[in-house]
Amino acid sequence: MNGGIREILLAAAIVVLAAFVPLVVNPYWLSIGVTAMMYIALCTSWVIFSGPTHYISLASGAFFGVGGYLVATGMSDYELSFWLMAAVSPFVALVLAGLIGWATLRLSGVYFVIFTLGLAEMIRNLVSWIQNNFLGSRGLYVLTDFTEAHIYWMLLGIAAVVYLLGWWVNRSRIGFALKIIGNDESVAKHVGINTATSKIILFMTTGFFAALVGAVIAPRYSYIEPNQVFSPELSFMVVIMALLGGAGRLWGPIVGVIPFTLVWEWVSIKMPNQTTMLIGLIFLLIVYVLPHGIVGRLEQAFAKMREGRH
Amino acid sequence: MKRRTTLKMVAAATLAGTMSMATAAFAAETIKIGAVAPKTGPLAGGATVTQWPNVELWANQVNEAGGLNVGGTKMMVEIIEYDDKTNPGEHIKAANRLINQDKANFIVAPYGTGFNIAAAPIYGKAGYPMVAVSAITDKMDTLTAKFPNLFFTLGTTTSFVEGVKEILVEQRDAGKIGNRVAMVNVADAFGIELSNVAREMFVEAGFELVYDKSYPLGTPDLSPVMKGAKAANPDAFVAWSYPPDTFGLAKQAIIEDLDVSVYYSAVATSFPAYFGANGSKIDNVLGAGGTNVDDPKIAAYRKAHEEVTGKTADYWASANTYAALEVLGQAIEGAGTLDRDAVTDYIKNNSFDTVMGELNFEDNVSYKFWTVGQWQDGVFRGVKGVNVDGAVPVRLKNGWK
Amino acid sequence: MDIIVSGLLLAGTYALVAMGLNLQYGVARIMNLANGEVLVLGALAAFWLYLNAQISPLLTIFMVGPIAFVGNWLIYRFLLTPLVRRSKNQGQLEVDSILATFGMSFFLVGIMISIEGGFFAYTYLSEPISILGSTSSLNRLVAFLMAVLIGGSLYLWLNHTRPGVAVRAVAVSTEASGLVGIDVPRISALAFALGGAVTAVGGSLISTFITLDASVGVVFTMKALIIVIMGGVGEIRGAIVAAIILGVVETAVATLIDPGLTLAAAYLIFILILLFRPEGLFGRRAT
Repeated sequence: MNGGIREILLAAAIVVLAAFVPLVVNPYWLSIGVTAMMYIALCTSWVIFSGPTHYISLASGAFFGVGGYLVATGMSDYELSFWLMAAVSPFVALVLAGLIGWATLRLSGVYFVIFTLGLAEMIRNLVSWIQNNFLGSRGLYVLTDFTEAHIYWMLLGIAAVVYLLGWWVNRSRIGFALKIIGNDESVAKHVGINTATSKIILFMTTGFFAALVGAVIAPRYSYIEPNQVFSPELSFMVVIMALLGGAGRLWGPIVGVIPFTLVWEWVSIKMPNQTTMLIGLIFLLIVYVLPHGIVGRLEQAFAKMREGRH
Repeated sequence: MKRRTTLKMVAAATLAGTMSMATAAFAAETIKIGAVAPKTGPLAGGATVTQWPNVELWANQVNEAGGLNVGGTKMMVEIIEYDDKTNPGEHIKAANRLINQDKANFIVAPYGTGFNIAAAPIYGKAGYPMVAVSAITDKMDTLTAKFPNLFFTLGTTTSFVEGVKEILVEQRDAGKIGNRVAMVNVADAFGIELSNVAREMFVEAGFELVYDKSYPLGTPDLSPVMKGAKAANPDAFVAWSYPPDTFGLAKQAIIEDLDVSVYYSAVATSFPAYFGANGSKIDNVLGAGGTNVDDPKIAAYRKAHEEVTGKTADYWASANTYAALEVLGQAIEGAGTLDRDAVTDYIKNNSFDTVMGELNFEDNVSYKFWTVGQWQDGVFRGVKGVNVDGAVPVRLKNGWK
Repeated sequence: MDIIVSGLLLAGTYALVAMGLNLQYGVARIMNLANGEVLVLGALAAFWLYLNAQISPLLTIFMVGPIAFVGNWLIYRFLLTPLVRRSKNQGQLEVDSILATFGMSFFLVGIMISIEGGFFAYTYLSEPISILGSTSSLNRLVAFLMAVLIGGSLYLWLNHTRPGVAVRAVAVSTEASGLVGIDVPRISALAFALGGAVTAVGGSLISTFITLDASVGVVFTMKALIIVIMGGVGEIRGAIVAAIILGVVETAVATLIDPGLTLAAAYLIFILILLFRPEGLFGRRAT
C-alpha cells in the first residue's frame, strides 16, 4: 500500500506543477498545452479500458463529439447553461457506451474494433439527421468567457480524476479481473469472473470521460460543427498516442502525448502535407519496434540493467 | 509552412531603392501579415479557389506598387502562411503561433464561418482586426458585440436565402413556375442553418415543399436524392450544398434530366470548374454569389488575378476576399501606423475604394454583396444582391443538354 | 423497382470489394484496415489515367489488378509475415494486423493526398439508360457486369483449380491444411495478394459512378467488413448475398427514408448480425 500512496503523492505533485503552466508560458505554448492536456485526459481514460483488455477502442471520437455537441445544442438552441450541459452529456455518453458495450463486448475484440471504427461517422450522420429534421438549429454557438487558461485547468482537473480512477481500478477487483481477461479470457471465465460486465463497465467510463473532455473543449471552438466534433481522426490520435507511450501503464499516455504533440507541431510547420504519413509511420513504428510503447521499452531496459548488475 | 512570397519583390525593390534615395530602414522593415487557412482537408478545395490566390494577388499588387505607405515610409508586405488542415484545433494553434512566435502585424481573416468564429477570441484578445469574408451568420450583432475587432462583408444567412426566395416569388408571380419546390441540404452546420431559414421563408411565401431531405457531408452517391426530388414533380429545385455535393448533384440532375425551370445549388456553383466539368449543360443554373463582369474594376481585377496567380477567380467570394484585403491595406495607410487599435478604428469609421465599389462598415458590417448568380452562356453573372449594380434578369432553365 | 435495380447495381461492386477482404481476412487471417485505401488507390489510378491519358477505366483495371497483386504480395511478405510469425495466437495476430494495416492506411492516404488532394471527379459513360423501366446510368451497369464477370471467375477458380481449392482449405483451417501438405504461408500470401488485386479493381470500377477522394477509404473498409462478417468470414457465397442485402437496404433507406441514414442502416444490420448470428449468414460457429 505504501507504494500506492507514493504514486498518488507523486501524481499530485505533478498536477500542481502542471497547474502553473498557464501562468508562465506565452499563449502559443499554452495552446499547445491545452491540446496536450486534452489528449492526456482522453488517452489515460482510454488506457483504463483498452490497456488491460487489449480491445482497441476507436470510439473516442464518437463520445467526444457527444459531449461537444450536446453542450453546443443545449447552449445555442435551448439557452441552457454550459455547466448543466457539461454535466449531462457525459451521462448520455455513459448510456451510449453501455449499449455499445453490451452489443459488442461479448464477442471477440475484432468485432469491437470494427464497430468503433465507423462509430463516429455513423453518429455524426445520425445526429445531423436529427438536427436537420427535428431540432432545426440556427448554428451552434458556444460563446463563453472562458480563456485558454480556464480550459487548461478544467482539462487538468479531468486528467487528474481519470488518473485517480485508473489507480483505483488497478487495485480493485475489476482491475484484477480485467488483467486476467487480457491475458486469457477463457481462464477468466472459468475462474468465475463476469467478463462481459467488467468490460462493459470500464468501457462506459471511457465514454464518460471522453464526452466530458469534449464538453469542456467546446467553448474553445466557439462554433460547433458536427463534422468537426465527431471526428474519426481524434479516435486515431488517441490510440496512437496511448500506444506510443505504452498502454500497459497508467502513465504511459503522458509519455506518449507530450513528445507526439511536439513532433506533430514541428511537422505541421515544416511539412504540413506530410502529417498523415507521419501518423502512418508512427503506427508502424509502434507495431514493429515498440509493441509495448516507450514505457515498455524503458521497463525492458531497466530490467536488463538490473539483471546486468547481479 | 512559411513562404516568403515577397522575398523576390523585396530584393528587387531593395536594388532599385539603393540606386535612388534609400533609407537604411527600407529594406529591413516589412509588414508581416499572417494567413491561416486550409490547404488540406475538406475545405481545402474551396480555399484554394477563393482564399489563397487572392492573398497572393494582393501581396503582389501591393509590393509592385512599392508597398504600403505607413506614415510616410513605404513598407512591403510579407505573407506568413499556415495550413490549418480544416481543423479548428490546428487553426487555434497556428493563430497563436502567428501572434506569439511570428509576431505578425496583421492577419488575413480565416476561411469558413466556423474558423472565423473560433479564431475571433484569439485575435480579439490580441487586438487584430479581422475583416472576414467567408463568414455567413445571422448572429452578427452578438458576435460583433463580443468581438469588436471582427468585421463581416458577405451578408447574413437570411439575406443569403432571401435572394433565392425573391427569384422564386418573381417567377411564380410571372406565371413561369408553380409553387412546388424540392429542397435538399447538406446536413452540416451551414446547410442545416440555411435550410431552416429557407423552410420558414418559402412556406410563408406560399410555396409547397414537395421534397425536403438532407444528406451527410461527403455522401458519394447522390442519385437517390435526385431521384427522390424528381419523383416529387417539382417546379423548382433548391440545394443548400457544399462543393462536393454541388458538383455531384449537377451530375445527377443531368442523368435524371430533372425537369425544373429554376435550379439552384449553393456553394461552389460559382467556381469556374463547375462550368468546366459540365459545360453548356449547366446553363441557366443558379448559384450562391455572382459578380458583375462588365464592371471595369471587376474586369481588371479578374484579369490581374489570372495573370498573377494563373487561376481564374471564382464568381463570388473571390472579389470580396480581395476587397477585404484592400480594406486592410487602405486602413493601414489611412491610419498611418502599424498600431492595430488605430487600424481597427479606421476600418470602423471610414469608407474604402475597392473592386466591389465603395465599402463602409455600419456596426462592423458591410452591406455590399451578391447573393445569387446565374450561369449565362459560360459566365456566372449576378442576378440578386444587396447594394450592388449590374444585376441581369433571371433566365429559366430549359433542359440539361 | 427503382430501388431494387439501383441496389443490385451497387451490390455488384460491393460484392467484389468484399470478396477481396474475404480473401485477406478469411484465408490469410489479416484484418486489413487498409482495404478501403487499396480500393481508393484503384480509383485514383482510374481517375488519373482517364484524365491524363484518356484511358478507359475498363482498360485500367487490367493494369491495376496485377500491380495491386504484386503490391499486396510484397506487403504481406515483408510487413505482415513478421507479425504472423511472432504472434502466439489468432487474437494477437488480429490486434497486430489491425494496428499495422491501420498505419499503412494512413500512409497510403498521405501518399494519395500528395498526388491528388481533391476529388477524383471525372465523367465516364454517364449517359442515362433504362433498365426494367428505371433510369440508371451506363457506368453503373458496366461496373456491375464487370464485377459479376470477375467475381464469377474468382468463384470458378476457387472451386475448380488446385490452388483455388488449397485457398479454400486454408480458410477452413490452417493447421489441417498444413497437415495435408499445403504450403500455408505461400497460400496466405497468394490469397492476400489476390484479395488486394480484386479490391483495387473494384475501386476502379466504383470510381466510374461515385466520386471518391483520398480520405473516404475508411467508409468502404467499414462496409466491406460488415459484408464479410454478415456473410460469414471466408464464405464467398455469403459475401455475395450480404452485398446484395447491404446494397438494396442502403438504396432503399436513402430513397424511402433519408440519405443521411445509410450508414446508420448499415450499422443496424451489423448490430443485428452481431447479436443474433455472429458467425454470419453462411458461416459456421467458431471452434
